[in-house]
Amino acid sequence: MSTLGPDLVLAPGTPRSDGARLDPEDRPRRLARRLPDAGLELGLSVVAALGITVVLFTILVGSVPPVGTFVVALIVFLVVYGVVSRLRHGPFVMKDRLAAVYVWVGGALALFPLAQIIWTVTAKGAPVVLDHFPKFLVNDSANAGPLTPVWQSGVGHAIVGTVEQVGIATLLTVPIATLSALYLSESDSPLSGFIRTMVNAMMGTPSIIAGLFVYLFWVQPRGVSGYSGFAAAIALGILMLPLMIRTAEEVIRVVPGSLREAGHALGAPNWRVSLRIVLPTVRTGVITALILGVALAVGETAPTLFTAHGSAHYNWNPFQGNQANLPLQIFANIESFSPNFVREGYGAAFVLIFMVLSLFVVARFIGSSTPGRRRVHLRRRRAKEVVVS
Amino acid sequence: MTVLAVPPVASPGPVDDVPLPLKPARTRADRVFMGCLLAASLMVLLAIAAIAAFLAWNSKAALSYAKQSIVRSDHFAPVGVHPSFGMVGILQGTVTIAVLALIIAVPVSIALALLINEYAPRQSRRTLTSVIDLLAVLPSILYGLWGLKTLSPEIYPATKWMSEHLAFIPFFRVGPNQPLGNSIFLCGIVVGIMCIPICTSVSREVMSQAPREACEAALALGGTKWGTITDVILPFSRNGIVGGALLGLGRALGETVAVLLILSQTNVVHWQILTPGGGQIPALIAQDFTSVPHLGQSALTVAGLLLFVTILLLNVLARRVVMGRSSAAYT
Repeated sequence: MSTLGPDLVLAPGTPRSDGARLDPEDRPRRLARRLPDAGLELGLSVVAALGITVVLFTILVGSVPPVGTFVVALIVFLVVYGVVSRLRHGPFVMKDRLAAVYVWVGGALALFPLAQIIWTVTAKGAPVVLDHFPKFLVNDSANAGPLTPVWQSGVGHAIVGTVEQVGIATLLTVPIATLSALYLSESDSPLSGFIRTMVNAMMGTPSIIAGLFVYLFWVQPRGVSGYSGFAAAIALGILMLPLMIRTAEEVIRVVPGSLREAGHALGAPNWRVSLRIVLPTVRTGVITALILGVALAVGETAPTLFTAHGSAHYNWNPFQGNQANLPLQIFANIESFSPNFVREGYGAAFVLIFMVLSLFVVARFIGSSTPGRRRVHLRRRRAKEVVVS
Repeated sequence: MTVLAVPPVASPGPVDDVPLPLKPARTRADRVFMGCLLAASLMVLLAIAAIAAFLAWNSKAALSYAKQSIVRSDHFAPVGVHPSFGMVGILQGTVTIAVLALIIAVPVSIALALLINEYAPRQSRRTLTSVIDLLAVLPSILYGLWGLKTLSPEIYPATKWMSEHLAFIPFFRVGPNQPLGNSIFLCGIVVGIMCIPICTSVSREVMSQAPREACEAALALGGTKWGTITDVILPFSRNGIVGGALLGLGRALGETVAVLLILSQTNVVHWQILTPGGGQIPALIAQDFTSVPHLGQSALTVAGLLLFVTILLLNVLARRVVMGRSSAAYT
C-alpha cells in the first residue's frame, strides 16, 4: 500500500520509482461531474418522445388516453435518450442515465397515488363539508336517502364514534405500549428477545383478523346486542399496540448509555433511572410514536366491521349498541349507486383525511424537536440570568 | 493526566480496599418495577395466544365437517342445507393478488429507496421520508375509494388494450361480451401501492447502512453512480430488499377493505385477471361473516386462522432475513 501513495500524485507519463511509466490514457474517467450537454440532451429527448407519441396516437388511435400515452412516451423516451447517450458518451453513461430515469420515474410513480388521493378527496369532499358547514358535521345520517338533499344528513354520529373508539383504544394501549417499550429496551433477558420477535410478528396482523377475534371473543358471547364501540376499541388496540411498542422502543434505544450510567453512578435505582431519566429524555419521540399509532387507528375499517358494526344514528354510549365511525360511514356510502350517498361518502372521506393529516402533522411537529432541547435551552437561559444578576 | 504518567508502584494498600461489586443491587422497588414492565409486555404474547386459540377453537366445527374437501374443491357456498367449504378459489385469488402487488411494489420501492438515499437532494431526504410514513398511515378505505372511483376509469383503456392485444397470454384472455374492471388485476395494483411504504422503508433503512467508503472507492475508480449502486449498495442490501418484500407480501395477503370495495367476489378459481371475479380471504370474511350460519362462520374462521398463521410466520421470517444481513455476507 505504501508504494501506491506517492504514485497517485504523479502526473500521467512521469516515471515511477520502479521505472515503469503510467499510461497517459490511464486516467480516471470523470463521470461524477455533469457532462456539458446533459440538460440539452435530456430536454430534447423528452420533447422528441412526447411529440412522437402524440403524433402516433392521433394517427393510429385518434385519441390521446392518459395512461397509454404515458407508457408509450416513456418507452419512446428511453429509446431516444439511450441512443443519444450511447452515441455521444458510450455505454456506461447510457446505463447510468437510463438507471437515473428508472429511479426518478419509479419514485414519482410511487408518490403519484398519494397526491391523487389527497387531491380527489379534497376536490370532491371539501365542497360537501363546506357548503353545509356546521350541519354536515353535526347531523346524523338517519334521514339520508337517495332523494333527500345532502344538507339533511351528515357525519356527526360517525365523528362521535371515531373519537370514542379511538380514544378508548388509546387509553387502553398507551400505558401498555410505553411500559413494554421500556421493558424491551431496558431488559436484556432472553425473554425480551422473544417478546420483541412476537411484537414484530404481530405488527403484520391483518386488520380483519383483529375484528374476527374480537367478534368471537367479545361480541358473540353477548348475543344480539353484542356490537359496541368498546369492542371496536379492543380490535383497534390490538392493531395499535405492536406498532406503538416498536416505534417507542426504537426511540428509547437512542438514549445514550452514558446518561443511564450517570444516573446509576449517582445511586439511582433502575426504576428511577427509567422513569426520571430515560423516559423524560425521549418524551417527544415516544409521544410521536403514540400519535402515529392513533393516526393509523383512526382510518381502520376492517376491524370495526364486526365490532362497532356501523349505524345511522347518534350513539353516545360506547359500551352498548351499534356505533358508527368515519371509515364505516365512507364504506357504506361509497358502495351505493345513488350519487347523493357517494357525495356524502366523499364528505366523510374529507373529514377522515383531515383528521389523519392533522394527527400526522402534529406528530411530526412534536417529533422534530430534538430530545431534551427545550430543557437545555431553558436551563441555559436560567444560568445566564443568574450570571447577569 | 499527570497521574497516568507516574509509574505504577506495587503498593500493598489496605486489605479492605477492593472495588465495590458493580452488579447493581436490585432493590425491592426495582423488582416490582421490572415485574410491571414484564406484565405489560406479556400482554402482547397473551393477545397472540388468545387470537390463535379463539380462531382454532372456532374452526373445529368446519374442519370436522368439511375435512379434506377444504383444499380439494373450489366450491365455497356457506349457506344451505349442505354447505361446502372448498377454499382453493379464495386461496388462488389471495395469492394472485399478493403476487401482482409485489410485482408492482418491489421495483417501485427500490426506485423510491434509491431516490431518497442517493438521487434526491440531501435537504429533501427528511421530507421524503415523512411522505413515505404518510403513505403508510393513509387509511386503506381511501386507497380503495381511489382505486374504485379514480384509478379504475383511468386504466380502463389500458386494460382494454391488454385484453385485445395481449390475449395470447392466458391471464389476459377475456371471453366475448365479458366486462372489464372490478378485477383481480385492479386489486393487485391498489394493494401493490399500499405495500410500497413498508417495502421502501425497510430497504431504504438497510441501503443507508451500506459502507460509504466502498461507495466512494467505487466512485474514485471511475464508476458511475449506477455502477456504485449495482456493485456496492444492492449486493449489500439484498437481504433488506428481500425482507421488505416479505413484509409487503404479509401486508398484501391481509389487505381487506380495498379489495372488498373493488373486487366482485365469486370465490372460485379465476385466472382471467382482467375480468370481474375471483375471491380473497380477508375480503370474503368481511363480506360474509355476519350473514352466514354458524358452520359457515366456522369455515371462514378456518380461512382466517390460516391467514393469521401464515402472516405471523412471514413476519418472523422477514425480520430474520433483514437481521441476517451482515458485512461478512457482503464482502
